[in-house]
Amino acid sequence: MINLTINQKAYEVDVNPDMPLLWVIRDVIGLVGTKYGCGVAQCGACVVHLNGEAVRSCVTKVKRAQGGKITTIEGLSEKNDHPLQKAWIELDVPQCGYCQSGQLMSAAVLLRENPNPGDEDIDAAMAGNICRCGTYLRIRKAIHLAAEIQRKESNNK
Amino acid sequence: MISFSWLSEFRLADRINAPGLPEQWNEITGYIKITPDNIIKILNPNPEFGQNVMTSLPMIVAEELDADWKQVVVEMGPHDNVKLGPQFTGGSNSTRMYWKPLREAGAAARNMLTQAAAQTWSVPVEEVTTKGGMLYHEKTGKSGTYGDFASQASKLDMPKGAKLKEPKDFKIVRNSKKNVEGLKIVTGKPLFGLDYKHEGMLIAMIEHPPAFGMKLKSFDASQTLKMPGIKDVFSLKMYDDDFELGGFDTRTFNDLLVVVGDNTWDVMNARKKLIVQWEPTAERKEKINNFGRKQDVTIPAGLESSESQYQKMQERAKEPATVLRKDGDPETAFKGAARIIERTYNGPFLAHNCLEPINFFAHVTDEKALLVGPLQAPGWTQPTLAKVLNLPPEKIEIQMTRMGGGFGRRAYGHYLVEAALISRHIKAPVKLIYSREDDMTYGIYRPMYTATYRAALDANKNLIAFHIKGGGLPEHAVHANRFPAGAVDNYLAESWEIPTNITIGAFRAPRSNFAAAAEQSFLDELAEAMDKDPIEFRLELLRRAKDNPVGKNNEYNPDRYAAVLKLVRDKSGWNNSESKKYSRGVAAYFCHNSYAAHVVDMVSRDGQPYVERVFSAIDCGIVVNPDAATNMVQGAVVDGIGNSLYGGLTHKDGVAQQNNFSQYRIIRFHEAPKTIEVHFVQNDIDPTGLGEPPFPPVFGAVANALYKNMGKRFYSQPYHNDIINKKAF
Repeated sequence: MINLTINQKAYEVDVNPDMPLLWVIRDVIGLVGTKYGCGVAQCGACVVHLNGEAVRSCVTKVKRAQGGKITTIEGLSEKNDHPLQKAWIELDVPQCGYCQSGQLMSAAVLLRENPNPGDEDIDAAMAGNICRCGTYLRIRKAIHLAAEIQRKESNNK
Repeated sequence: MISFSWLSEFRLADRINAPGLPEQWNEITGYIKITPDNIIKILNPNPEFGQNVMTSLPMIVAEELDADWKQVVVEMGPHDNVKLGPQFTGGSNSTRMYWKPLREAGAAARNMLTQAAAQTWSVPVEEVTTKGGMLYHEKTGKSGTYGDFASQASKLDMPKGAKLKEPKDFKIVRNSKKNVEGLKIVTGKPLFGLDYKHEGMLIAMIEHPPAFGMKLKSFDASQTLKMPGIKDVFSLKMYDDDFELGGFDTRTFNDLLVVVGDNTWDVMNARKKLIVQWEPTAERKEKINNFGRKQDVTIPAGLESSESQYQKMQERAKEPATVLRKDGDPETAFKGAARIIERTYNGPFLAHNCLEPINFFAHVTDEKALLVGPLQAPGWTQPTLAKVLNLPPEKIEIQMTRMGGGFGRRAYGHYLVEAALISRHIKAPVKLIYSREDDMTYGIYRPMYTATYRAALDANKNLIAFHIKGGGLPEHAVHANRFPAGAVDNYLAESWEIPTNITIGAFRAPRSNFAAAAEQSFLDELAEAMDKDPIEFRLELLRRAKDNPVGKNNEYNPDRYAAVLKLVRDKSGWNNSESKKYSRGVAAYFCHNSYAAHVVDMVSRDGQPYVERVFSAIDCGIVVNPDAATNMVQGAVVDGIGNSLYGGLTHKDGVAQQNNFSQYRIIRFHEAPKTIEVHFVQNDIDPTGLGEPPFPPVFGAVANALYKNMGKRFYSQPYHNDIINKKAF
């Protein structure tokens, strides 16, 4: 049995400890916002947060997450109102949309660590996330916008 | 100042999903349902793969219905070609083919609602007006919502020829609307085929041969069956030997080795324990009935390698070819030329690499079949399923999920047939999943192309003859009746083809995606040889094609073609002093009835060329949803930069040499431009294609910018190989 906390909810799962976190989240827990794209940590579609860090869940064995706190796209915000989600909607970023949960999860860590990222910071932090439709420009713009929203919201607090 | 409209836009969607809402939908035409409290549901008929039809097609209905977009909710329609039309995503057709029928559906529904109101109010129908989902009778001051009259209207006959709006009166079309599934996407809701769940669903994967030209001989599954969670391992045959394939029934392997288990990881793991004997395939003939056009295709035996394929193509290119078009006397013109310029261009197989790997759900019983997942054209695969499963077509229900990319790959429904046969075999609901490696090495690639372009110049550097001789494995990429056909007195287009057992299929702007690269690079080189500005040179040819066209059947409209070149010239500040900071390349192309031109500005960083900014000019007629259309053009530009610089699938002894993104390079953030400025030609022409047309000319513009940046011409895709290997130097 492996104990996991996903989006602040406790789970006990009876799986092979070597099973990648991705498949535990998708097939066993049933949260499908986290995507399978490559299985070899190349595309970023599967990015989740493990104890606050962005990890590729497709190559992260579930035993590594034992007792850890996991956040998936479903738990990025309580009311669908993370600054990144607002910015993504405002700039209508997605095309097919398949990569976007991974993009958002990578961007969320970037924005927490660097509240005012420049284009180069974004390109570096997001280098592991592929968008096959080519929405990179809108994602960059949306991260800048989210940074602005984040600043504005923290000023209002 | 940031203002947000997003919350208000999605409040209605939240309400619709709230439990306990009465489901009183009154259907008015096949596309529209309205509740008594005036919520308007519009069905999107066409599969969504990122081109945003879930939003843009219902916008067309809502426009003619004269609805308030805020009251509209959108639902993916069922597969029903009788009620909802052709339902395929391909050939940049979605908006083109649905423009008229959806306008008519909206206008008919509006007409029915006005009739219902007129009857109730006992007033002449022509005095009833509509606005934003409301009905009015000015003289009596009466008014009501569409919801008030929906039930009554739903009982009326659908009128034919209801009046359509003038483009100048559009209120929804031409005004950007946000993606109706945007909130679901950014919150991780189940939308895609891979997300679909069904009670008792098992997971299946197929172990396909390691090489093209190989097939299953025998297998030992004893170790696999001992693995946890594994239900079954078996082989099955897709089609009988004499099966007549439909035009989109392309499949690479006919004998399937299937592993079925409880979850994806268990199946992936268990596959590794299979002991399989593969054997070479023999040459075989396939009967194909491509929408009535019957052909016998020979699939050769053998394990092919890219290097030998390339040599074979070079040899074949020297032999006589099929003449596709001939104007004037090109042979004599070339003989008398003062100078002949000849260049050969090459393009590799390209894998689509949709980010959502191939997958489909199937539940087949003796009586019926349910299939759910991502595909571009249910109507092209349903007849095949009916034949293979021996079920009447109406017993086969195909539900379309959102697709994680398509690019042409999901027009080929072999994976529905596979999933259905697996479900029938194990008598259970099952989802077939391809791993990334399965997906990339399965085939159905863009063909491998080559083309030699020749131009004859007279002593005054005038272009007197033009010759294209193109070939491919197994298809050529020559569009004989496209520019510059019609603009040169002596013109010859020829083609040849070599069969291969590597399967090919449509890839975003088939043929055009290579033709534009070659032709637009060649025209750039030609302009330079003629001491002409590359844009002015193209405009000169287009003036000729307009004023005194050569030959017949020229596919393009020279005015619309010239207009996008002029627009991109003006918007990019072509030749202005600021532009001198960049290595500039220009290219334009016509396909799918639309026109696209790009100016690409390149810079060097750490000795590597990068596209820094792009200006695009597009004529696709009326633009239904401008911001989404801009997004798609920007995506096509990024896709074009990526595929021209890095894309390519090679083989050694039949084995694909790239099987994941670690080997197959996809464009990433730092390689994408900083800006892509998109400008649409404003006109009232009915919409033409958009998903594909901006893609092909990017290849040419990138090649031409690279020349300016590196001082050498690039003739072979992916261009980056020549940068690494210094082949171009």
